[in-house]
Amino acid sequence: MIGLGEHAEFIIAAYAGVFIGLGLLIGWSVYDSRRVRARLEALGDKRG
Amino acid sequence: MTTQDTPKMSWWNRLAHPGQFLSWTRPLIGPLAGVTTVLMLVGLWFAFFNSPADYQMGDTVRIMYVHVPTAWLSQFVYAAMAVSALGTLVWRHPLADVSMKAAAPLGAAFTAMALFTGSMWGRPTWGTFWEWDGRMTSTLILLFIYLGIVALWRAFDDQLRAARVVAVFTLVGAVNVPIIKFSVDWWSTLHQPASVFRADGPTMPGSLLTPLFVMFFAFTLLFATLQLLAMHTEIRRRRLVTLERRTARGDTV
Repeated sequence: MIGLGEHAEFIIAAYAGVFIGLGLLIGWSVYDSRRVRARLEALGDKRG
Repeated sequence: MTTQDTPKMSWWNRLAHPGQFLSWTRPLIGPLAGVTTVLMLVGLWFAFFNSPADYQMGDTVRIMYVHVPTAWLSQFVYAAMAVSALGTLVWRHPLADVSMKAAAPLGAAFTAMALFTGSMWGRPTWGTFWEWDGRMTSTLILLFIYLGIVALWRAFDDQLRAARVVAVFTLVGAVNVPIIKFSVDWWSTLHQPASVFRADGPTMPGSLLTPLFVMFFAFTLLFATLQLLAMHTEIRRRRLVTLERRTARGDTV
């Protein structure tokens, strides 16, 4: 890992913010998809 | 009409049929997610281990590798929504409003990330987290437009009626995209002028451009992956609503 200089905290905060945001976005997308599929299956829909 | 007489569906019709769209785009999600992950890891390696510090900004230039892709997506997603809005209003394409609805929260998230990373970059380079200049203010307005669109979708039970209202709202809001793009040329601003997407080519060296382009493609493919997944979910959600109504009426499924 390289040294990030005197403003390291801003660089780390920017990357942490983006990847936490992406994690939440991906997690929410997958959760929403699975929830809707599970409700469809519960109603007997077999189309997937 | 016999089976042999039945005309074959064109690619446009196949694209318009939600069931067909699901079946021929489902195999794309896994490979897209895989390529996105590889590109993201390569981009991060370049960003932290194989790119130089800038001669003026020092290491804070590394924030550019997450700021520029998210800022690009904040505008690209809106442009895609505006095209989908036209598809809804002009061609009544059945998947246009699905695409429009799926993209709005993603666009809002990328815009919020662009504002956040810009703020983190601004403090060490300009001495302030925020300035009410043309680029930042118009990007904040874009975030509010996205949030308004998400709220508007949720305000209607009838999704077809919602689609028409949201499409008009989206097209009106599209006027903000060129304002964001050209704000740095039109007004005196702290934000630097365009240095990548320019008519005369990028003004930065290849050692900074390489990680930037890798991250640019990684984020764009990530959007494509999430957009497809969200469109699949929306198509299934509409099927679910139909099934729930039939069940409530006592019809057999």
